[in-house]
Amino acid sequence: MTGATILLAIFDGVAYAALVFMVAVGLTLIFGVLRILNVAHGSLYAIGAYLTASIGGAIFAMGWSPVLAFPLMLVSAALVGVLLGAPMERLLLRRIYHRPEVLQLLVTFAVFMILEDVQRLVWGNQPYFESSALALLGNVQVFGVYYTVYQLILLPLVAIATLIGLRLFLRRTLTGKLITAVTEDREAAQSIGIDADRVYLLTFVLGAALAGLGGALASPTTSVLPGIGAEMIVLSFAVVATAGLGQIEGAALTALMIGLGRSFAVYLFPELQVLVPYLIMLAVLLIRPEGLFGSPAARKI
Amino acid sequence: MSDALLEARGLEIRFGGVVAADDVNLRIEEGRNLAIIGPNGAGKTTFLNICTGWIKPTRGTVLFRGKDVTRLAPRDIVRRGVARAFQIPQLFTEHTAMENMLIAASARTGRQSPLLDMHDMPEREEMARLLEMVGCDRVADRPVVELSEGQRKLIDIAVALALKPALLLMDEPTSGVASSEKFEIMEILVKALGRADVTAVFVEHDMGIVENYADEVAVWNAGAVQMRGTPQEILKHPDVIRDVIGEEIA
Amino acid sequence: MSVRLILPALAIVALALVPPLAPFLQVLLTLAMAKGIAVMGVTLLLRAGQVSFGHALFFGIAAYGAAFLAASPLDDLLLLLLAGALGAGIAGVLVGLFVVRYRGIFFGMLNLAFSMIFWSILEKFYYVTGGADGLRLPRPSVAFIEMDRGPYEVLLYYASLLLAIALGWFVVRFLASPVGQLFQTVKTNETRLEYLGVSARRTLLKGYVLSAVLCGVGGVLMAAAQGIVTPSYAYWIRSGEMVFIAVLGGAGSVVGAFAGSIAYELVRSYAAAFAADAWQMVLGGFLLAIILFAPGGLVGIYAAFADRIGARRAKSASKKEAGT
Repeated sequence: MTGATILLAIFDGVAYAALVFMVAVGLTLIFGVLRILNVAHGSLYAIGAYLTASIGGAIFAMGWSPVLAFPLMLVSAALVGVLLGAPMERLLLRRIYHRPEVLQLLVTFAVFMILEDVQRLVWGNQPYFESSALALLGNVQVFGVYYTVYQLILLPLVAIATLIGLRLFLRRTLTGKLITAVTEDREAAQSIGIDADRVYLLTFVLGAALAGLGGALASPTTSVLPGIGAEMIVLSFAVVATAGLGQIEGAALTALMIGLGRSFAVYLFPELQVLVPYLIMLAVLLIRPEGLFGSPAARKI
Repeated sequence: MSDALLEARGLEIRFGGVVAADDVNLRIEEGRNLAIIGPNGAGKTTFLNICTGWIKPTRGTVLFRGKDVTRLAPRDIVRRGVARAFQIPQLFTEHTAMENMLIAASARTGRQSPLLDMHDMPEREEMARLLEMVGCDRVADRPVVELSEGQRKLIDIAVALALKPALLLMDEPTSGVASSEKFEIMEILVKALGRADVTAVFVEHDMGIVENYADEVAVWNAGAVQMRGTPQEILKHPDVIRDVIGEEIA
Repeated sequence: MSVRLILPALAIVALALVPPLAPFLQVLLTLAMAKGIAVMGVTLLLRAGQVSFGHALFFGIAAYGAAFLAASPLDDLLLLLLAGALGAGIAGVLVGLFVVRYRGIFFGMLNLAFSMIFWSILEKFYYVTGGADGLRLPRPSVAFIEMDRGPYEVLLYYASLLLAIALGWFVVRFLASPVGQLFQTVKTNETRLEYLGVSARRTLLKGYVLSAVLCGVGGVLMAAAQGIVTPSYAYWIRSGEMVFIAVLGGAGSVVGAFAGSIAYELVRSYAAAFAADAWQMVLGGFLLAIILFAPGGLVGIYAAFADRIGARRAKSASKKEAGT
């Protein structure tokens, strides 16, 4: 590898890690509070991407300013959180919090099956590509390598802002503290009068919106087509499992590790590109079954 | 002096800042039933957990029949002859009482034939006798979730006995049982244990039971063995009356 | 005879008569039984309280193994079945050694991850696997006798039926046996299991390998019936379909695996045309409805129905007795 390709691989990896982190952090946040792994989380990412690409394509064709691409991403994320996340928690998950884990998995898996087809029904099988946001910010030259500002600067900034924002939100605000309290001890939190129902709803909507935002941010960099949701749930699970379920900061580091691993594979062993994240996950879990930053749960007898 | 069946040497462990075992030394001799008493949080259950390999001590060793078993998994210690009954009964909730017994027998015998129906196992009669012994023969075919806490505790003990252990560790064996039945049950249990050559260690809060059924008593306090002796010596000791029995009455 | 056994017995007789009386159903039911055998693998794991979202992995491994073997001089149906079962079993041991360390979420998702890895290998290494187009599996001989298409399909049908009955019988016996009972206690109390001196991982691994072999046999039968294997054999949609059928038939029921897959194939071939773009959606909706409102699945519904008839018969019989 030459210096330039190494640099390219690092840039690719960072940009990719930023996107994966956005999705994984929502998944791990929801798990931390609700103790449910939402298999449909990848579909929320895909729908966020579809919304941004299709609406953006339509309004830019009507002559609206491409600057609107950025607020549109936030709108898409909010739509995913409120229109999909809220009803899913309210109408479905609320019925199964006390049921066995297998059953909870089956329920979110069923939602995943449904949402995968919803995408197909609404957006069809053809790919969507809308890269105004990418074009708008232009390129930057770093050590002789050209790269898009959008991927090299904006995406990592958003990911870091999300990480810090989430940290501040959970530790400094009242709502955040309530969420943390429920995460740490559901029964105790309820016994001192915390409205767990509201906390659950809020967390799920927030987590879903983060997945949607991940998709929205990804849409200018890639074609949006059927199947990306399925790929993303497995990938973000790999990140979350490698980090340790419920670990937010850990998810960020793991996303970076997996992102870099994958982008270096693109240049070194292109066939292995898809496999690298899983190989990293398997290697980590073999040595630390609870993940890099997780702590083994002690069973009380 | 008889041989030590199980011996703890210098066990030490702490959880956070709490010392759950602080230089615990204890010999359990074959054929001498030992009662463990002491206030809540003194480390009694922790001791059983360490002896059975459920948690590993930071320092010290556990010897069973003279062999070091400190680092073994519970299942390996169980296979050497240490069985355990729990404070909260650990049963297979989707099975009947008899099926719980037969599963224990399956584990003991290691039968592998996939075509043998578990209910046709030759050990069935033996298991029925064990259930009868703990007074649960009439509920043998009821799912254990439908039974009372007291019945479940007894079945939990019967399951442990199904393994034909040399040593049985019991965590408050009669805590869920009506006080009118406690003595009757202990009477049956202790007799059966003697007949089966099983040495018993039991954590107990009822001093009446301790006085009648223990050959020896060890007093636990703040993660250490404070005192050890016969029930007569221990239960009359002023420190014990103040620290342990007083609390029980309160 | 117990009321509950009437329908399964009738169903076997009816299935045996399909080729002469209803040949138009023959291919469809061959596929249904192939899937039913694979679904039994998922069912088995449900009995230990675990769900795998990646068992199509073993379905695919066996099918591709059969396709490779079919390209060699050893292209005989019996050898393909043996090799597929063996390949799936070996893969089951390797993957199993890893996944039996986990339960619940991790178990389900790690299985999914393994199947996605295999699927992307099938897609990427197209010079070996044929990529998205897959591999052709030319009609094999049977016991080294070359057969024409018609008789081959009839034979494959009866082979599937026979294997379904034999493997179904074996799984039922396994579940009732000491090993099988220990396997199922992973669902309810691993602490006690450990304190019975049994390794939960090892006992789960035994069931896992059996489940992989069942998926393998199903995969070879399906490949032999379709004459082609594609990456879709190992894709998550196939795994999801297996989980769906297992729950539809009755979570944990062996008979349910077949009742579910026959019902599924019939509905799919006649109704899927009306909902071609929304098939997963229909399945997902059904899955939710079953889980929330009829957790016993088809078998549960039938058992409740049969018990009601049984109770009514017992009642009228006792009335008669009381009358005399």
